[in-house]
Amino acid sequence: MNGEAIYEQLRDRFPDKVSETRGQGPLKCVYVKPEAIEEVLIALRDQETLGFRHLSFISGIDLKEAIEVAYGLISYSLKVLILLKVTLDHENPTVRTVSHIFSAANWHERETFDLFGVKFEGHPDLRRLLLPEDWKGHPLRKDYKEEPFYHEMPTTREPLLGRS
Amino acid sequence: MWYLLFSPACCAIELMQTGGPRTDLDRFGMVFRATPRQADVMIVGGTVTYKLAERVRLLYRQMSEPKYVIAMGSCANSGGLFQKSYSVLKGIDLVVPVDIYIPGCPPRPEALCEGLLRLRKKIMGEDWGAIAAAREPRLKGQPAGEMAD
Repeated sequence: MNGEAIYEQLRDRFPDKVSETRGQGPLKCVYVKPEAIEEVLIALRDQETLGFRHLSFISGIDLKEAIEVAYGLISYSLKVLILLKVTLDHENPTVRTVSHIFSAANWHERETFDLFGVKFEGHPDLRRLLLPEDWKGHPLRKDYKEEPFYHEMPTTREPLLGRS
Repeated sequence: MWYLLFSPACCAIELMQTGGPRTDLDRFGMVFRATPRQADVMIVGGTVTYKLAERVRLLYRQMSEPKYVIAMGSCANSGGLFQKSYSVLKGIDLVVPVDIYIPGCPPRPEALCEGLLRLRKKIMGEDWGAIAAAREPRLKGQPAGEMAD
Protein backbone atom coordinates (compact mmCIF):
# COMPACT_ATOMS: atom_id res chain seq x y z
CA MET A 1 0.00 0.00 0.00
CA ASN A 2 1.41 3.38 -0.96
CA GLY A 3 0.70 6.87 0.35
CA GLU A 4 -1.93 7.58 -2.29
CA ALA A 5 -3.99 4.52 -1.29
CA ILE A 6 -3.87 5.59 2.35
CA TYR A 7 -5.15 9.06 1.48
CA GLU A 8 -7.96 7.39 -0.51
CA GLN A 9 -8.82 5.24 2.48
CA LEU A 10 -8.83 8.27 4.81
CA ARG A 11 -11.15 10.21 2.52
CA ASP A 12 -13.52 7.25 2.33
CA ARG A 13 -13.56 6.76 6.07
CA PHE A 14 -13.87 10.44 7.09
CA PRO A 15 -15.62 12.03 4.09
CA ASP A 16 -16.71 15.22 5.90
CA LYS A 17 -13.55 15.66 8.03
CA VAL A 18 -10.77 15.11 5.50
CA SER A 19 -10.52 17.37 2.47
CA GLU A 20 -8.57 17.10 -0.75
CA THR A 21 -4.97 16.02 -1.14
CA ARG A 22 -2.53 18.63 -2.36
CA GLY A 23 1.06 18.68 -3.51
CA GLN A 24 3.17 16.26 -5.47
CA GLY A 25 5.55 13.42 -4.73
CA PRO A 26 6.67 12.96 -1.13
CA LEU A 27 5.28 16.38 -0.15
CA LYS A 28 1.70 15.34 -0.85
CA CYS A 29 -0.55 15.86 2.14
CA VAL A 30 -4.16 15.60 3.21
CA TYR A 31 -6.01 18.42 4.96
CA VAL A 32 -7.90 17.48 8.12
CA LYS A 33 -10.45 19.62 9.93
CA PRO A 34 -8.84 20.89 13.17
CA GLU A 35 -11.56 19.40 15.40
CA ALA A 36 -11.09 15.93 13.83
CA ILE A 37 -7.31 15.62 14.16
CA GLU A 38 -7.41 13.46 17.31
CA GLU A 39 -9.92 11.06 15.75
CA VAL A 40 -7.94 10.69 12.52
CA LEU A 41 -4.62 10.12 14.30
CA ILE A 42 -6.16 7.45 16.55
CA ALA A 43 -7.60 5.71 13.48
CA LEU A 44 -4.24 5.76 11.70
CA ARG A 45 -2.39 4.51 14.77
CA ASP A 46 -4.77 1.73 15.81
CA GLN A 47 -5.82 0.19 12.51
CA GLU A 48 -3.79 -3.02 12.18
CA THR A 49 -3.43 -2.82 8.39
CA LEU A 50 -1.90 0.69 8.60
CA GLY A 51 0.05 0.81 11.87
CA PHE A 52 1.19 4.44 11.90
CA ARG A 53 2.75 4.08 15.33
CA HIS A 54 5.50 6.66 14.90
CA LEU A 55 4.85 10.40 14.97
CA SER A 56 7.86 11.75 13.13
CA PHE A 57 7.31 15.47 13.59
CA ILE A 58 4.86 18.29 14.20
CA SER A 59 5.69 21.64 12.70
CA GLY A 60 4.09 24.90 11.70
CA ILE A 61 3.85 26.82 8.44
CA ASP A 62 2.98 30.52 8.27
CA LEU A 63 1.04 31.32 5.09
CA LYS A 64 0.34 34.93 6.18
CA GLU A 65 -3.45 34.51 5.85
CA ALA A 66 -3.44 31.29 7.92
CA ILE A 67 -1.21 29.09 10.05
CA GLU A 68 -0.89 25.43 9.16
CA VAL A 69 0.25 22.69 11.49
CA ALA A 70 1.75 19.64 9.77
CA TYR A 71 1.87 16.14 11.28
CA GLY A 72 4.24 13.56 9.82
CA LEU A 73 3.42 9.94 10.57
CA ILE A 74 5.48 6.88 9.73
CA SER A 75 4.33 3.29 9.42
CA TYR A 76 7.17 0.83 9.88
CA SER A 77 5.09 -2.09 8.58
CA LEU A 78 4.19 -0.26 5.32
CA LYS A 79 7.48 1.69 5.14
CA VAL A 80 5.64 4.89 4.25
CA LEU A 81 5.45 8.46 5.57
CA ILE A 82 2.24 10.45 5.29
CA LEU A 83 1.59 14.10 5.97
CA LEU A 84 -1.53 15.55 7.57
CA LYS A 85 -2.22 19.26 7.85
CA VAL A 86 -4.68 21.42 9.72
CA THR A 87 -5.38 25.03 8.76
CA LEU A 88 -5.78 27.46 11.66
CA ASP A 89 -6.70 31.08 12.17
CA HIS A 90 -3.68 33.37 11.83
CA GLU A 91 -4.47 35.64 14.76
CA ASN A 92 -5.41 32.97 17.27
CA PRO A 93 -4.20 29.54 16.09
CA THR A 94 -5.68 26.90 18.38
CA VAL A 95 -5.93 23.14 17.94
CA ARG A 96 -6.48 20.18 20.27
CA THR A 97 -3.31 18.52 21.55
CA VAL A 98 -2.38 15.02 20.38
CA SER A 99 0.13 14.42 23.19
CA HIS A 100 -2.21 11.84 24.79
CA ILE A 101 -2.21 9.88 21.50
CA PHE A 102 1.51 10.10 20.74
CA SER A 103 3.65 11.08 23.74
CA ALA A 104 6.34 12.26 21.29
CA ALA A 105 3.95 15.08 20.40
CA ASN A 106 4.56 16.75 23.76
CA TRP A 107 7.86 18.44 22.89
CA HIS A 108 6.98 18.92 19.21
CA GLU A 109 3.90 20.86 20.25
CA ARG A 110 5.93 22.90 22.71
CA GLU A 111 8.38 23.74 19.91
CA THR A 112 5.55 24.73 17.57
CA PHE A 113 4.08 26.90 20.32
CA ASP A 114 7.50 28.45 20.91
CA LEU A 115 8.21 29.36 17.28
CA PHE A 116 4.71 29.87 15.81
CA GLY A 117 2.51 30.62 18.84
CA VAL A 118 0.08 27.80 18.11
CA LYS A 119 -1.94 27.00 21.24
CA PHE A 120 -2.48 23.28 21.80
CA GLU A 121 -5.57 22.92 23.97
CA GLY A 122 -5.28 20.28 26.67
CA HIS A 123 -1.48 20.09 26.49
CA PRO A 124 -0.12 19.11 29.93
CA ASP A 125 2.74 21.64 30.00
CA LEU A 126 2.68 24.19 27.17
CA ARG A 127 5.84 26.20 27.87
CA ARG A 128 8.52 27.44 25.48
CA LEU A 129 10.93 24.67 24.57
CA LEU A 130 13.98 26.39 23.05
CA LEU A 131 13.82 30.13 23.57
CA PRO A 132 14.12 31.81 26.99
CA GLU A 133 10.87 31.93 28.94
CA ASP A 134 10.67 35.74 28.86
CA TRP A 135 11.11 35.93 25.06
CA LYS A 136 8.63 38.20 23.28
CA GLY A 137 6.87 36.95 20.16
CA HIS A 138 7.17 33.82 18.06
CA PRO A 139 10.11 34.21 15.67
CA LEU A 140 9.12 31.93 12.78
CA ARG A 141 5.93 33.88 12.17
CA LYS A 142 6.12 36.18 9.16
CA ASP A 143 4.90 39.17 11.19
CA TYR A 144 7.65 38.73 13.83
CA LYS A 145 9.56 41.92 14.62
CA GLU A 146 12.98 41.54 16.19
CA GLU A 147 13.53 43.61 19.34
CA PRO A 148 16.57 45.92 19.26
CA PHE A 149 17.80 44.55 22.59
CA TYR A 150 17.45 41.35 24.57
CA HIS A 151 18.40 41.75 28.26
CA GLU A 152 20.53 44.82 27.33
CA MET A 153 22.39 42.81 24.68
CA PRO A 154 22.12 44.48 21.25
CA THR A 155 20.65 42.23 18.57
CA THR A 156 22.51 43.96 15.73
CA ARG A 157 26.09 44.99 15.12
CA GLU A 158 27.91 47.45 12.88
CA PRO A 159 29.40 45.84 9.76
CA LEU A 160 33.16 45.53 10.28
CA LEU A 161 34.20 46.27 6.70
CA GLY A 162 31.44 48.67 5.69
CA ARG A 163 29.70 45.85 3.88
CA SER A 164 26.53 44.23 5.10
CA MET B 1 48.23 30.28 31.41
CA TRP B 2 45.31 28.06 32.26
CA TYR B 3 42.29 27.99 30.02
CA LEU B 4 38.73 27.30 31.05
CA LEU B 5 37.39 23.90 30.04
CA PHE B 6 34.36 25.36 28.30
CA SER B 7 33.14 25.89 24.77
CA PRO B 8 29.62 26.53 23.54
CA ALA B 9 29.63 24.63 20.24
CA CYS B 10 31.56 22.80 17.55
CA CYS B 11 34.83 24.78 17.74
CA ALA B 12 35.25 22.77 20.96
CA ILE B 13 36.34 19.82 18.80
CA GLU B 14 39.25 21.88 17.46
CA LEU B 15 39.92 23.14 20.98
CA MET B 16 40.28 19.53 22.13
CA GLN B 17 42.58 18.83 19.18
CA THR B 18 44.73 21.79 20.17
CA GLY B 19 45.29 20.12 23.52
CA GLY B 20 46.20 16.91 21.68
CA PRO B 21 49.66 15.71 20.68
CA ARG B 22 50.18 17.70 17.44
CA THR B 23 49.94 21.23 18.77
CA ASP B 24 50.26 20.07 22.39
CA LEU B 25 49.41 23.06 24.57
CA ASP B 26 50.95 21.32 27.58
CA ARG B 27 54.43 22.19 26.30
CA PHE B 28 53.60 25.88 26.79
CA GLY B 29 52.41 25.22 30.33
CA MET B 30 48.79 25.60 29.24
CA VAL B 31 46.38 23.18 30.83
CA PHE B 32 42.62 23.33 31.19
CA ARG B 33 40.86 24.03 34.44
CA ALA B 34 37.34 22.83 35.01
CA THR B 35 36.35 25.84 37.10
CA PRO B 36 36.35 29.53 36.17
CA ARG B 37 37.87 30.43 39.56
CA GLN B 38 41.20 28.90 38.54
CA ALA B 39 41.20 29.86 34.86
CA ASP B 40 43.10 32.79 33.31
CA VAL B 41 41.67 32.68 29.81
CA MET B 42 38.26 31.78 28.46
CA ILE B 43 38.19 30.46 24.90
CA VAL B 44 34.70 31.10 23.52
CA GLY B 45 34.53 28.61 20.67
CA GLY B 46 31.15 28.52 19.03
CA THR B 47 27.75 30.01 18.38
CA VAL B 48 26.46 31.94 21.37
CA THR B 49 22.71 32.42 21.64
CA TYR B 50 21.22 35.12 23.86
CA LYS B 51 20.20 32.41 26.30
CA LEU B 52 23.78 31.17 26.48
CA ALA B 53 25.34 34.65 26.44
CA GLU B 54 24.10 35.24 29.96
CA ARG B 55 25.87 32.06 31.09
CA VAL B 56 29.05 33.11 29.29
CA ARG B 57 28.92 36.47 31.07
CA LEU B 58 28.39 34.68 34.38
CA LEU B 59 31.43 32.46 33.77
CA TYR B 60 33.49 35.51 32.84
CA ARG B 61 32.51 37.27 36.05
CA GLN B 62 33.43 34.21 38.09
CA MET B 63 36.99 34.27 36.75
CA SER B 64 39.53 36.10 38.89
CA GLU B 65 41.60 39.01 37.54
CA PRO B 66 43.71 39.13 35.46
CA LYS B 67 41.42 37.45 32.95
CA TYR B 68 41.46 37.21 29.17
CA VAL B 69 38.99 36.15 26.48
CA ILE B 70 39.72 34.58 23.12
CA ALA B 71 36.92 34.66 20.54
CA MET B 72 37.46 31.51 18.51
CA GLY B 73 35.86 31.17 15.09
CA SER B 74 33.40 33.18 13.01
CA CYS B 75 30.44 32.68 15.34
CA ALA B 76 32.16 34.08 18.40
CA ASN B 77 33.63 36.93 16.34
CA SER B 78 30.48 38.15 14.62
CA GLY B 79 27.71 35.55 14.75
CA GLY B 80 29.21 33.98 11.63
CA LEU B 81 26.92 31.79 9.60
CA PHE B 82 24.05 32.43 12.01
CA GLN B 83 24.24 36.23 12.22
CA LYS B 84 20.85 36.69 10.53
CA SER B 85 19.20 34.47 13.14
CA TYR B 86 16.76 35.83 15.70
CA SER B 87 18.40 34.06 18.63
CA VAL B 88 22.16 34.32 17.99
CA LEU B 89 24.40 36.95 19.56
CA LYS B 90 26.27 38.94 16.89
CA GLY B 91 29.72 38.55 18.38
CA ILE B 92 30.81 37.68 21.89
CA ASP B 93 32.44 41.13 22.26
CA LEU B 94 28.96 42.58 22.78
CA VAL B 95 28.91 40.78 26.13
CA VAL B 96 32.49 40.32 27.37
CA PRO B 97 35.72 42.17 26.40
CA VAL B 98 37.75 40.16 23.86
CA ASP B 99 41.56 40.16 23.66
CA ILE B 100 42.22 37.93 20.65
CA TYR B 101 39.98 37.17 17.68
CA ILE B 102 40.72 34.00 15.72
CA PRO B 103 39.01 33.76 12.32
CA GLY B 104 37.99 30.47 10.77
CA CYS B 105 35.06 28.12 10.67
CA PRO B 106 36.41 26.36 12.59
CA PRO B 107 39.98 27.64 13.05
CA ARG B 108 42.58 24.89 12.77
CA PRO B 109 44.40 23.83 15.93
CA GLU B 110 47.49 25.66 14.64
CA ALA B 111 45.44 28.87 14.46
CA LEU B 112 44.20 28.53 18.03
CA CYS B 113 47.72 27.75 19.16
CA GLU B 114 48.96 30.88 17.37
CA GLY B 115 46.19 32.87 19.06
CA LEU B 116 47.22 31.65 22.48
CA LEU B 117 50.86 32.51 21.76
CA ARG B 118 49.80 36.01 20.59
CA LEU B 119 47.86 36.39 23.80
CA ARG B 120 50.94 35.36 25.77
CA LYS B 121 52.95 37.99 23.88
CA LYS B 122 50.27 40.56 24.63
CA ILE B 123 50.31 39.69 28.33
CA MET B 124 54.12 39.99 28.43
CA GLY B 125 53.86 43.56 27.17
CA GLU B 126 51.15 44.61 29.60
CA ASP B 127 51.60 47.15 32.37
CA TRP B 128 49.37 45.33 34.82
CA GLY B 129 49.48 48.06 37.46
CA ALA B 130 48.11 50.65 35.03
CA ILE B 131 45.45 48.25 33.74
CA ALA B 132 44.32 47.38 37.25
CA ALA B 133 44.07 51.08 38.11
CA ALA B 134 42.01 51.70 34.96
CA ARG B 135 39.74 48.78 35.69
CA GLU B 136 39.24 49.76 39.33
CA PRO B 137 36.28 52.15 38.80
CA ARG B 138 34.48 49.57 36.70
CA LEU B 139 34.90 46.94 39.40
CA LYS B 140 33.72 49.34 42.09
CA GLY B 141 30.71 50.25 39.99
CA GLN B 142 29.63 46.64 39.82
CA PRO B 143 27.29 45.77 42.70
CA ALA B 144 28.30 42.79 44.83
CA GLY B 145 25.10 40.93 44.09
CA GLU B 146 25.72 41.15 40.38
CA MET B 147 29.23 39.72 40.78
CA ALA B 148 27.86 36.68 42.59
CA ASP B 149 24.89 36.40 40.24
